Amino acid sequence: MTNPFDDLERSDCLLVVGSNATVAHPMVGMRLLRRKRAGGFLIVADPRRTTLAEQADIHLRLRPGTDVPLFNGLMRIIHDNGWHNREFIETRTENFPALLDAIAPWTPEATEAATGVPRDLLFRAAEAYAVSAASSIVYCLGVTQHRCGVNNVRVLADLAMLCGQIGRPGTGVNPLRGQNNVQGSCDMGGLPDYYPGYQKADDPAVREAFARAWGCPQPSTPGLTSLEMMEALHKGTLKAMIILGENPVVSDPDANHVRQALSKAEFLLCIDIFPTPTTELAHLTLPGASFAESEGTFTNSERRVQRVRQALPPLAGRSNSRVIQELSTRMGYPMPPDSPAAVFDEICALTPLLRGMSHERLDRESLCWPCPDKNHPGAPMLHADRFTRGKGLFAGLAHVPPAELPDAEYPLLLNTGMGHSQYLTGTMTRRCPMLEREMPHLEVDMHPDDARALGLRNGARARLSSRRGAVAARVHITDAVPAGTVFAPLHFAEAPVNLLTSAERDPVSKTPEFKICAVRVEKV
Amino acid sequence: MDIRHTPTVCPYCGCGCGLTLETAEGRVLRAIPTADAPVNRGRLCVKGWNVHDFVQHPDRLTRPLLREDRETRPLDWESALDLAARELHRIRDAYGPDSIGILTSARCTNEENYLLQKFARCAVGTHNIDHCARL
Repeated sequence: MTNPFDDLERSDCLLVVGSNATVAHPMVGMRLLRRKRAGGFLIVADPRRTTLAEQADIHLRLRPGTDVPLFNGLMRIIHDNGWHNREFIETRTENFPALLDAIAPWTPEATEAATGVPRDLLFRAAEAYAVSAASSIVYCLGVTQHRCGVNNVRVLADLAMLCGQIGRPGTGVNPLRGQNNVQGSCDMGGLPDYYPGYQKADDPAVREAFARAWGCPQPSTPGLTSLEMMEALHKGTLKAMIILGENPVVSDPDANHVRQALSKAEFLLCIDIFPTPTTELAHLTLPGASFAESEGTFTNSERRVQRVRQALPPLAGRSNSRVIQELSTRMGYPMPPDSPAAVFDEICALTPLLRGMSHERLDRESLCWPCPDKNHPGAPMLHADRFTRGKGLFAGLAHVPPAELPDAEYPLLLNTGMGHSQYLTGTMTRRCPMLEREMPHLEVDMHPDDARALGLRNGARARLSSRRGAVAARVHITDAVPAGTVFAPLHFAEAPVNLLTSAERDPVSKTPEFKICAVRVEKV
Repeated sequence: MDIRHTPTVCPYCGCGCGLTLETAEGRVLRAIPTADAPVNRGRLCVKGWNVHDFVQHPDRLTRPLLREDRETRPLDWESALDLAARELHRIRDAYGPDSIGILTSARCTNEENYLLQKFARCAVGTHNIDHCARL
């Protein structure tokens, strides 16, 4: 996020895109609703009528996969009416002509035709976002889980720059991160192309610095992303995998393909707290320590680094850190049994973004990075005076339609996401009786018109299938989903919706198109 | 009964709510919101309130497990770590370091993530390290 959570309540206009925050990020959802009640203007862009959309001043109910046309259309209205921020564009950005070229075709008529959003709503939303004193964009996986996910993010950045709605309290472009420490895993260099602190692995000077710090020559061949690893297992070039606390057999798209890939490994080592469909394939599974048994730090969506403290000793006798250290030592690269505080000191010494932090300091206060020195108060807001690259670069984007749209054979569009009492693959929440009771099995949201056409009643058993697989589900009839689309949560290992989803990915981020594939629903 | 309170951070979404675990005699009695935590200021969602139920669920894995053919048998830690190191060594020697891939975890701490990417880049010698951020 460019701005902290508390800033949402300093916003005059909130534009929420592809985020069901009251379900997936409750503390953000609470702030959005509180701001709305106190007089803030709420715009929600989402194909579904979520709780937030119900409360919104304007619901932009776009056709799935038409984000770039929608926001290009809004930008054209803003520019045509002179609501853009000329001074910000002049002093803080470059490549503005490319933006003008990209938005030129998106007249209100063309935008309405592509997105299905009525023109008067487009005008009202464009004006509210552009002319409010402080407007904030909040987005989530509804934006990124498309084959054009990176474009969808960049078009939001274009919109924020066009209106100068960034770098001040109550503004910004704010992605909500789905997991407790997904921000931290990226910050720590849990990525093939980056060392800790986003230092580029393809830069020989960076590799040399880490080789010196770690006393070990560094590899120069580029690494593989997770889905590329699955491909490499299929091809036979990858022979072994270590999987720490992930469940790709349920969480990844086209799950049958993932299961086959992992089955081909000569050696699969899993470290997890529970048996999962992924650990079932492992040759060796080591018991993990849960968060309650771990000492260290998590980094939230605000880049806020917070202390995680051990309440119980590790159930199986060893912390995750100690397991990694002992395995490393046995592999011939000795890692001493350093404490998490000492490991964190090593991280901060090698990561300029975190240099001013330590467990001791974080015991007194949480800090948002960048925090370059011991006296720095941290930086809840980014881009106040300049962008990371200097001037903000307008992208100017063209529409890329979804890879697999409904057709005669598979006539419905499947959208996937989360339910309110379950979380991701359900490994944890499904073992909490109160949460499981709320949502014990897969229910597929379906519009009344579609249900009627298929002769399905509320609660009916049905078979949901795509070109890649099928699951059993019950039908939940609701007009919260648009006609022609169905929505299914991904939590249920016995009915894994990712058997159906497409592995089509964004070419840059490699994020799969979880939000759109073609399915059919049959009565059973 | 000696009751301890440990302020920590919720393990679910990216909000990062402060929650306090109340423990006694090796068990979590309950999770309560941390009153002065900056994100949640004394509130929690339904998932956070119920977090203790999974921590001490009887399904938790407690011993290393080796799968041979269709049998699974428990191992002690030393044998399990020896076996893992031996297999990884063998595969690296036979096919090179880039024949090994590692998925680290967005559920684990910064310190654990740092150690595992360091393990990939030093102990194995590959940049094949990723996690679920792109999902």
